[in-house]
Amino acid sequence: MTPMIDMTFQLIAFFMVLINFSEVEQNQEINLPSSELAKPPDVPYEEPLTVQMLADGTILFAGDRMDPQGLGSALLTEAQIIRAHAEKRLSDVTVVIRADKEAKTGEVQKIIQKCQDAGFDTFALRSRQSNVSTLATP
Amino acid sequence: MKIRHTGREDKIELQMTPMIDIVFLLLIFFIMTFKIVLPEGDFNIRMPSPASNVTAQPSETPTLMLRITADPNGKLAGLQLDNQPFGNGPQAFVQLHAYIRSLIADEGGPGSADDQEIELDCDYNLDYGYVVKAITAITGYVENGQQHKLIERIKFSPPQNQ
Repeated sequence: MTPMIDMTFQLIAFFMVLINFSEVEQNQEINLPSSELAKPPDVPYEEPLTVQMLADGTILFAGDRMDPQGLGSALLTEAQIIRAHAEKRLSDVTVVIRADKEAKTGEVQKIIQKCQDAGFDTFALRSRQSNVSTLATP
Repeated sequence: MKIRHTGREDKIELQMTPMIDIVFLLLIFFIMTFKIVLPEGDFNIRMPSPASNVTAQPSETPTLMLRITADPNGKLAGLQLDNQPFGNGPQAFVQLHAYIRSLIADEGGPGSADDQEIELDCDYNLDYGYVVKAITAITGYVENGQQHKLIERIKFSPPQNQ
């Protein structure tokens, strides 16, 4: 009995140490482009706002799938909520863009445009960290 | 008073079953909530909307223009910085990177790259991966584990219509 309990406690300790409850929005369908220069932010963003884009151009925002028009109105609502808060400012918001590496650049630029229309101006293009140079890879 | 000598050699029977039940429940909980978070990093870009940056003062150094064209499948068709073409092979971004490094080194002096701005003009159907590659080639390089910076001010041209 004792060895089994030992092992089980080991496993529990392992999972307890590795668990993180932080709510990161990472859709697993998205295949991010990788880059050796991508670095995690030194300090967490004050007001992150994650917009994700699948390879076929579907936008994921706030848990919903939408098209650029839908994103535009959702962002305007978001901006109004932030304006209504006295202690928050639009310039504190960082829009984190997670786009698939096979998404069309024009579609990604549409996201940026919609964000600008809503008043956001700080962006973070997210990519996967890489240990080797990615410049020469096809 | 009687002193009982019983019980000293008696073994206490531990109730293991409830403990194992709980331990297994905990184990299942942690296994279910376990998720692998891949390491991800960001490129930070400040890009106010074109209508609001009328007050932005023009930079002393002219803005470099990087044109990235795509073939109908979204793959790289051409890469051109101002009038300098880099072709569309796998080495295009390596050459672009080398060119930008020589450009920054030519201008000399630390901090000269701070004012330099670069504008990306991309085809609508270009794969987004190439844009990240271009930004990687432009913004810096890693040498001996040390990260060096080149041009950090990046903006996008207005998207072309489909």
